[in-house]
Amino acid sequence: MRKILIIVAALIAPTLGWAAGGGATFPNDKIEIDWDDKAAMQRGARTYVNYCMSCHSAEFSRYNRVGADLGIADDLVRDNLIFTTDIHGEKTKVGELMKNTMKTAYAEEAFGVAPPDLSLIARSRGVNWLYNYLRGFYVDESRTGLGVNNGVFANVGMPHVLAELQGLQIPKYRSESDGHGGEHDVIVGFEIIKPGSMSKSEYDNTIHDLVAFLDYVAEPYKQTRRNVGTGVIIFLFGFLILAYMLKKEYWKDVH
Amino acid sequence: MSEDNNSKGLLGWIDARFPLSKMYDEHLGKYYAPKNFNFWYFFGSLALLVLVLQIVTGIFLTMHYKPDGDMAFKSVEHIMRDVDWGWLIRYLHSTGASAFFIVVYLHMFRALLYGSYQKPRELIWLFGMFIFLALMAEAFMGYLLPWGQMSYWGAQVIISLFGAVPIVGDELTLWIRGDFVVSDATLNRFFALHVVAVPIVLLMLVVMHIIALHEVGSNNPDGIDIKKTKDANGVPLDGIPFHPYYSVKDLVGVVVFLILFSVVVFFMPEMGGYFLEYANFVPANQFKTPEHIAPVWYFTPFYAILRAVPDKLLGVIAMFSAIVVLFLLPWFDRGKVRSIRYRSTSFKWLLAMLIVSFVGLGYLGALPSTGVRTLFAQIFSVGYFGFFVGLWFISKNEVTKPVPERVR
Amino acid sequence: MPSDDTDNDRRRFLTAATVVVGAVGTVAVAVPFLSSWSPSARAKTAGAPVVADISKLEPGQLVIVKWRGKPVWVVRRDEAALETLPEVTDQLRDPDSESSNQPVYATNEYRSRKPEYLIMEGICTHLGCSPTYQPEITADFQGGFFCPCHGSKFDFAGRVYKGVPAPLNLPVPPHYYMSDGVILIGEDGVA
Repeated sequence: MRKILIIVAALIAPTLGWAAGGGATFPNDKIEIDWDDKAAMQRGARTYVNYCMSCHSAEFSRYNRVGADLGIADDLVRDNLIFTTDIHGEKTKVGELMKNTMKTAYAEEAFGVAPPDLSLIARSRGVNWLYNYLRGFYVDESRTGLGVNNGVFANVGMPHVLAELQGLQIPKYRSESDGHGGEHDVIVGFEIIKPGSMSKSEYDNTIHDLVAFLDYVAEPYKQTRRNVGTGVIIFLFGFLILAYMLKKEYWKDVH
Repeated sequence: MSEDNNSKGLLGWIDARFPLSKMYDEHLGKYYAPKNFNFWYFFGSLALLVLVLQIVTGIFLTMHYKPDGDMAFKSVEHIMRDVDWGWLIRYLHSTGASAFFIVVYLHMFRALLYGSYQKPRELIWLFGMFIFLALMAEAFMGYLLPWGQMSYWGAQVIISLFGAVPIVGDELTLWIRGDFVVSDATLNRFFALHVVAVPIVLLMLVVMHIIALHEVGSNNPDGIDIKKTKDANGVPLDGIPFHPYYSVKDLVGVVVFLILFSVVVFFMPEMGGYFLEYANFVPANQFKTPEHIAPVWYFTPFYAILRAVPDKLLGVIAMFSAIVVLFLLPWFDRGKVRSIRYRSTSFKWLLAMLIVSFVGLGYLGALPSTGVRTLFAQIFSVGYFGFFVGLWFISKNEVTKPVPERVR
Repeated sequence: MPSDDTDNDRRRFLTAATVVVGAVGTVAVAVPFLSSWSPSARAKTAGAPVVADISKLEPGQLVIVKWRGKPVWVVRRDEAALETLPEVTDQLRDPDSESSNQPVYATNEYRSRKPEYLIMEGICTHLGCSPTYQPEITADFQGGFFCPCHGSKFDFAGRVYKGVPAPLNLPVPPHYYMSDGVILIGEDGVA
């Protein structure tokens, strides 16, 4: 019996690991995104255009769509979110896609890989991963040019763009058995060695809002989807009652 | 024929030129179906509903989609964001693909339960199996179109299977792709096949499936031939006209299905990564394979059989055999009793083994393989094929319960 | 099958109710499919108002500005061209643009905000060809626009002549002057 349990556990365990994000990564927290919290998404949008967008486009998204969905008027979008210009040097129009001006070839040279577009990152990586990743940069002098590594995405080619906000931190390790007789170090915490402009909770909130924005931008119609769905299902339940009564009525003949 | 029916007016005018009333009678008004259909008999009409849904949503997606290596991924996001209600049409189509397989698998399982493939319904079963085959081709080619990482690498892996064919394997894969890797050429031909060729074949097969069914009449949960006992007018005593009785009953099934379907479409369109895989939200990159490639859930049982065999050619043969044995089911079963209600205990055990094996394979096929899992996949593969072999042996002299003359 | 104690009224009522509710549902399903044909956000962005600098235009010259994928003509009419406008009035089908398409501020003899500049969609009101500009004033034709597809003729204000297939004057798009030499096509501006 015990053997069977072990085998079953061996079959299932990795699936559970998958759900949790897989492997020994740190931090490993979960967040809740409130789809109705437009204010958080607005703050996230501002962080995004200020810190992320010079490298990472959101090229499937349109500025005015973001504005309309998050309750920002077009002229405010123009003044607060748009910092790019078109080929004629004129400010990008509000109806345009959220592209950036960085050339792919330059980006590959600078970072090794071109910074990915982030329109869909929340759908491919998940919000928890993003939340942990953006809080997981730590000092690692061995990485020339970058000086940082990441507890969630080891050896990532991205610099710690938000260091001025978060400050710099170093990891605290603990030695753990890997289950095959060997031992290896895993990160169990961080310690700030050079404070940034924000406290830890302020920074966590900023990242939460940024992730909320990324989650929104990955599926801007999510709210509509849910609202329409509620109406559709209510209608169908009404129709079900009618269809069932009709069936009962006709089937009186059969029984 | 026209003097046989007494329709007048416009209908009479049409009937004299086209057998409209006759067709209506044959397939709806005077098609007598057994009165004891149960839950399992909803899935035929549901499959038809999903087929229509896929065709309609597919046509509208084609209006906005671009079958081009550089534009395909973008055009899907264009549909999802820029096109009015595009997200709904796309989610209906992507959820519809999975729903199609759920409905078809249950429909096939019904045939196993009540012996609907047995004489004289072997052709219905064969047409149905060809539909299943066409459906798999349709789904596989459709999955390439969004041009995400999973689309790309899934197609790469499946096309590579043909490389296992001796001698011409490499040439064959090259020919299928039309390039040295999966590329724009592959995408374009898959698009043509997905939106034109396979749907035409599928529709023709569905028509043949239904014509064959209405020729011999529906089976039922008792596996009784209702045409044996007829009244003075030649109407089976245990039969009721499909319309209105089964049209109103199927309507209830349709609405229940639509409710469940809507829950997925509107509240969980990714279905935890099973209906829309997370890695497919990353555009196809021919230089980087995703960490874990799994086919979409409806292929995983067959994929697990492939992986269970530690040899490329034999694995491919095993996988295709898993489908071929299904085709041959009417001849594996040598029994005379159709319904599980009157069959032997050994049949029930065999069927249970098949279900456990099939579901087990489906589960394992979605996970990365490990030593233990491969062992289990092998056990389940044996279980899967074991059903067919076992059925051939036990059905010859099966001890069955007496089948009643009339439907209960 | 139906027996004597069948409640036919109830049966008819339920059937009708199901059909009606089902039809409502079907129509509701049709709405998203049909609206997917309306211009997408991309098309709307591409069709956003355009700004054109017309300060360098010579008298008599025509430039084409692309707006919503359509050719919009900006013509700087010279004195001779403007003088033809009152002369041809009796040969025109709709000289006062009563049934033609133009904003209020262009419902005048010149069909423009400023007599000198004509801003007009270069799409024939007959079957959608783009007419050609005929700046020369000859004895046969007082100048204006000529559609090569089916021979429709228009004067220097885009007003259609009698006896040609085009039914209406050429349409004037909404536009306004952002400054003296710069116009915006696609919006009426503040009145």
